[in-house]
Amino acid sequence: MSETVTRKMMFFFPRCECEKPIIYHLVKDYDLVVNVFRAKVTPEEEGYLLLDVTGTPDNIERAVDFVKTFNVTVNYSGRGLVWDSARCVHCGHCVPHCPTGALHIADARTREVAFDEDKCIECLACVRVCSYGACSSAF
Amino acid sequence: MKTYAEINERISSGKAVVLTADEIMDYVDRKGLDAAAAEVDVVTTATFGPMCSSGCMLNFGHSAPKIRMTEAWIDDVLVYTGLAAVDVYLGATQLRHSDPANMYYPGEFRRGGGHVIEDLVAGKELQLFALSYGTDEYPRRELRTYFTIHDLNQAIMVNPRNCYQNYNVAVNDSARVIYTYLGRLEPERGNANYCSAGQLSPLLNDPLYETIGIGTPVWLAGSRGHVYAEGTQHAGACDRNESDVPMEGAGTLALTGDMKDMLPEFVRGVTLPGYGVSLALGIGVPIPVLSPQVLQRTCIRDRDIQAPVVDYSRDYPERTGRIIGRVSYEELRSGSIELEGKRIKAGSLSSYRKALDIAERLAAEIRDGSFLLAAPLRRLPAGNAMKPLAIRPRTEGEA
Repeated sequence: MSETVTRKMMFFFPRCECEKPIIYHLVKDYDLVVNVFRAKVTPEEEGYLLLDVTGTPDNIERAVDFVKTFNVTVNYSGRGLVWDSARCVHCGHCVPHCPTGALHIADARTREVAFDEDKCIECLACVRVCSYGACSSAF
Repeated sequence: MKTYAEINERISSGKAVVLTADEIMDYVDRKGLDAAAAEVDVVTTATFGPMCSSGCMLNFGHSAPKIRMTEAWIDDVLVYTGLAAVDVYLGATQLRHSDPANMYYPGEFRRGGGHVIEDLVAGKELQLFALSYGTDEYPRRELRTYFTIHDLNQAIMVNPRNCYQNYNVAVNDSARVIYTYLGRLEPERGNANYCSAGQLSPLLNDPLYETIGIGTPVWLAGSRGHVYAEGTQHAGACDRNESDVPMEGAGTLALTGDMKDMLPEFVRGVTLPGYGVSLALGIGVPIPVLSPQVLQRTCIRDRDIQAPVVDYSRDYPERTGRIIGRVSYEELRSGSIELEGKRIKAGSLSSYRKALDIAERLAAEIRDGSFLLAAPLRRLPAGNAMKPLAIRPRTEGEA
């Protein structure tokens, strides 16, 4: 049995396939551990699902193929939260509000702020506190 | 001892030795104060953060037929027109027309005066809408047009208060989230917010206003600006520590500069949810090393500067004057402070990284001979305290 890996990804539904229990199939048929960060699922509208899946690379690949049969676009960067480094002024106001340290002071001397995408859990606390529009949500 | 003339001569000949306020302390520790004072000509200081008392005077020139604007809006943000026909003042905290403000609390405040000023400096096209009652020589009663900063005759920033010498650290003692100009404050002292460049901040490097005064040239968002007056609420008489460093707000500067020469990255609109809009500015101020004493003052470190911690849920709005405690900028920059036995996460609204960038840019301009210093025309007052506003009935006999 091959080792399990965790992949962050974003599913984009052109029009919601709400009738289909996609997550159920990911768990039951592909033996994936699913951790949903954020979702917008409204009947007859575009929808998004941001999640981590943990499983064997082979199962993840097959699961993605299965998801794509529902006309779903899979984005492996999994970026629902966008940090615009050009708009960031590096004040650090967001840092205490970020629960996982995704937004952090990267350099103790210059106080430069950096964003570690892998640590982001999409809570959007930074979107609420940033005064410069540097943090925004893709949906 | 050096004079301004000697320093300017060295700057003009490209020989000036310039260090930032971030570098100078280690340099002086290494060289010794007297040797360093003989060698170094200028120390550059800087700050970048929201500065609400900012705005600009704009002159549009005359349309045909002419209008004497009595009410005007730029991108739906009201500007002050109680001046000559086509002069207006655009203030940083002015909300956009029809902004619901805090009607749906906490308000979003996505765009206002500060954002319009940012767009103006960035060269973007903006809408002017103006009304008038019409006069014989200014018959037009309504005007709608589009313009950029390049179309204006003048776009001069006139900021009544910038560069607060020191500032409060805000916490929230109440049981609910509060929204302030120092950002979002979580209940029960869930976080602490501060706003100062600390050891790099201009007036903390010249605590007694020995070199920074009226007429001092400053780097105002990339333009060659200057101090035109003491800033509003300037209060030189305040609690100071043994090194004369203020323990509270204290001094402020009123600054002006030509917006056509400004760099957009240092002029940024600010949104403060639940509070309003503002403008963040980048400012650099050179300090001439006239004597070892002046140099000594620039060697201040974050650990030597104390800021008062104030409750913004009750003590600040009610003006009780209570200070919970004092913390150093070194502690604030560590990411958390200890207050009455509790560890509290600390966040900044001022950007040290941008301030460093400004101090280095200003140092480079002085080194290459393009930025000269000047002695103040007049010193900032050192002895005045800040007056509160009394709410009182009319004085008898004055009606």
